[in-house]
Amino acid sequence: MSKAAAVSHTHRDDEGSRIGMWLFLFTELILFGGMFIVYAVYRFKHFDEFRIAGAELDVFIGTLNTLILLTSSWTVVMSIAAIRRGKKILSMSLLSATIVLAFFFLVNKYFEWSHKIAHGIYPKSPELMKKPAGEILYFGLYYMMTGLHALHVIIGMIILGFMLVFIARNVINQDSFVKLEAGGLYWHLVDIIWIFLFPLFYLIH
Amino acid sequence: MQHQNKTNDAGYGEYTLVWLGLLGLTGLTVALAGIDLGRWVIATALVIAGIKSMFVLNIFMHLKSEDRLFRIFTAVAVVTLAIFFILTFFDYAFA
Repeated sequence: MSKAAAVSHTHRDDEGSRIGMWLFLFTELILFGGMFIVYAVYRFKHFDEFRIAGAELDVFIGTLNTLILLTSSWTVVMSIAAIRRGKKILSMSLLSATIVLAFFFLVNKYFEWSHKIAHGIYPKSPELMKKPAGEILYFGLYYMMTGLHALHVIIGMIILGFMLVFIARNVINQDSFVKLEAGGLYWHLVDIIWIFLFPLFYLIH
Repeated sequence: MQHQNKTNDAGYGEYTLVWLGLLGLTGLTVALAGIDLGRWVIATALVIAGIKSMFVLNIFMHLKSEDRLFRIFTAVAVVTLAIFFILTFFDYAFA
């Protein structure tokens, strides 16, 4: 045992903390997994209608948001690498960049949704209900799954915002950064879910 | 002793390479979507998404350098989900 640990008597189990976080992530996997099963079954049943509906999404915005989210995953892992090297300012800058990128993602999502809603495409809209069953199901799943994902992005921004405060107050520091790692794990999961949402909704035309 | 239960740190360079790889794979999946691959559309998209996820899991989420227990847990979670998928499709195929 190191001298510092013997003096302060701190009980810490970083690995236990990470296991806890991973177990939580598995529940998220099953939550989204269930929706992907619903998607798979309906796409199987309404193959052509899903393609027609999918062609209505903007591939450019989808691709842009994918690049934004991948970059935000990179900045968060770089932020952890920076704090491990004791570079507090760099770590905080990278984490701030992550939150800003998350915000841009949501802005794009907002424009995308409002564009669709302006065209009368939203759940139970008269315009949508006139379409074939497969297209109604596609847009129902689109709003549900990207909506739940966007909710995760918002929660992720709040979590990472707390991490930023923790770094500023030295609660997270070079020696103790498992909180930031857990926040990062959550953020990467949000990224992975989008990695699957993107081709399944935007690239099926 | 305190440092023993910390994850390995790949370093700025490796993270940046993985990030560039992820951007490249995104470009590839978009480019492939422009070609009519017929029945292979879903398969190629899912394979590329799977590769991207493996990079994020192993490098960004440090799964590669974690204790074996983490990988067993993750495998159990993914296999459970896969079983849900397979059982659902069996149900549909023979309904």
